[in-house]
Amino acid sequence: MSHLAKDMTPDVTWRDITPGCNIYEGGTSQVVETGDWRTMKPVIDWDKCKQCLLCAPVCPDMSIPVGKDGKRGDFNYFFCKGCGICANVCPFGAISMVKEDK
Amino acid sequence: MGIRERLSGNEAVAYAMKQINPDVMGAYPITPSTEIPQYFSAYVDNGEVDTEFIAVESEHSAMSTCIGAEAAGARAISATSSCGLCYMTEMLYVAASSRLPITLAVCCRALSGPINIHNDHSDAMGVRDAGWIMLFAETNQEAYDNYLQAMRIGEAVGLPVMVCQDGFITSHAIENIELEETDKVKKFVGQYKPQHYLLNKDEPMAVGAFGMPAYYMEAKRQQAQAMIDAKDVIRKVGKEFGEMTGRTYGLVENFMMDDAEEAIVLIGSSAGTAKEAIRQLREQGRKVGLVKIRSFRPFPSEELAESLKNVKAFAVMDKDDSFNAHCGPIFAETSAALYAAGISAPKGINYIYGLGGRDVRVDSIKHVFSQLDKIVETGKTGETYRYLEVRE
Amino acid sequence: MKDIVEIRWHGRGGQGAKTASLLLADAAFNTGKYVQGFPEYGPERMGAPMTAYNRISSERSTVHSNIYEPDYVVVVDETLLSAVDVTAGLKKEGAIVINSGKAPEELRAKLHGYEGRVCTIDAGKISTEELGKNFPNTPMLAAIVKVSGVVEPEAFVKDMEASFKHKFASKPQVIEGNMRALKRSMEEVRIG
Repeated sequence: MSHLAKDMTPDVTWRDITPGCNIYEGGTSQVVETGDWRTMKPVIDWDKCKQCLLCAPVCPDMSIPVGKDGKRGDFNYFFCKGCGICANVCPFGAISMVKEDK
Repeated sequence: MGIRERLSGNEAVAYAMKQINPDVMGAYPITPSTEIPQYFSAYVDNGEVDTEFIAVESEHSAMSTCIGAEAAGARAISATSSCGLCYMTEMLYVAASSRLPITLAVCCRALSGPINIHNDHSDAMGVRDAGWIMLFAETNQEAYDNYLQAMRIGEAVGLPVMVCQDGFITSHAIENIELEETDKVKKFVGQYKPQHYLLNKDEPMAVGAFGMPAYYMEAKRQQAQAMIDAKDVIRKVGKEFGEMTGRTYGLVENFMMDDAEEAIVLIGSSAGTAKEAIRQLREQGRKVGLVKIRSFRPFPSEELAESLKNVKAFAVMDKDDSFNAHCGPIFAETSAALYAAGISAPKGINYIYGLGGRDVRVDSIKHVFSQLDKIVETGKTGETYRYLEVRE
Repeated sequence: MKDIVEIRWHGRGGQGAKTASLLLADAAFNTGKYVQGFPEYGPERMGAPMTAYNRISSERSTVHSNIYEPDYVVVVDETLLSAVDVTAGLKKEGAIVINSGKAPEELRAKLHGYEGRVCTIDAGKISTEELGKNFPNTPMLAAIVKVSGVVEPEAFVKDMEASFKHKFASKPQVIEGNMRALKRSMEEVRIG
């Protein structure tokens, strides 16, 4: 019987569900796409971005990757829920929220 | 051979804890269970156990401590009474639904108000739906024996266990007891080897998940199965314990029930008093008996139906009132057990008794049997919801 | 339970009646008996009247109730005689043992017409003389053993000596004092 999180789907039976709904592996949220919750989408204007990195630590979904070179990259839209905190903290107006166009 | 001793119920439970040497105790004192962590903390201080004793600021935290420790992979214990058990209630549900086999010693005591420190079963009965296995002791010996069996039972099915005894009546009374040698106890109880635990570096784990409606029912159905499975585990462990000690345990104890025409059903220390009343009535040729419930959770429905099916009348005695204008919890569940088994001939009544430490004497039990006599003679059950020995 | 002996202790919170009842249970246990020793807790204030009980038998008693018709009553504090009905239910074949310097007949008048034996022991005096302090427990214990015979007196003395030696291993003078108090009490208890 599998106890992997990916097998705990809404059709799992009471015999197969993990005891206490406990989860026996790490990083299980990596497979959950929260990007489709988004109605507004952050877009960065690289000309205005000074790489001050104030945006990266405030992101609740760790959707602003920072590379080994110490510079932020583009948003990870698989996880970004479009909350807009990054746009709010950016001192340079480099991030704007636009209507999601799926 | 066991070791002949004389101990109070609290001393006996603390001694069982010492022999088992669990990993963590989280505890907060409350009368009449205070002596248990008090004695045990002395064992910790003397180096007789290597348990981590965590003194907390409330019972809610005591149970939270146990939950964290047990989930981490440790054997965790606590002790409490009365409003302390009430204050633990929220976490009791978390422990059971997270399937953590914590062991909790309970010295049953009344709840306020009026404020009262004496024995009844209001505290334990108040948390009867929390998902814990609940074993009740008649004597200090049974409190000790049940404690030694608790971890084997709980860990086999992944459910926490309450080991209940009657506050003051057994917790503070010195009586003879037969203790087992510590090496035998350790061998019987064994090590706690959880399959999954938080401190396993090779398997990251999350405890306390959020369960959406799509999952919650399945989780609960599985939890219910663990309680169903506990019946056989309790019988098996009780039999194995009997092979070691000569004292065998099941879900109930039938006392002089073979040919009984009238029976009493109850839980806890008053069973001993009832036994003496029954011995005296038997000497007069009366066919009376007792069914003592040892395991209230899981509820021994099959055993009760089997024991009561041939009696003419029975009285279920509750040391607690549900305040439902109807009956106490043991009567409700006993009646349901008989109904489910298709047994309707025995006439049953309910007595609420012994609340807040009201003394239960041999004569109290004889009075109950005299009322059963009347029912058998007249064929009329009359009022089923009765209070025993309350001043009119 | 043919041979059961039931004893009720009356004391005041803090006077050690509960401890004395547990010591008697210990002594009886050590001579092979089944014992029960338990207090009836009240509001538990220093000085408030309190009760403790013993059942002593050669077969286990399963009864878990208080004792209403005791074979013996022990009163640790004489002033309780006017506050509590100490002889309530007391069997007349039994006896009452009172901590008092008075003669038994002087106290009988206060006992609501009790017809059985009335015994007195000046536990305070014996304790003060032998131990230097008012610890009435040892003398009361010795007196009830002597009067009731619930424990065989010789075995009782031996057992108590062993237990004092264990308890006061570093204070030999306390052991001797307690033993003198014990033996004196068994001799000096006045049976009326």
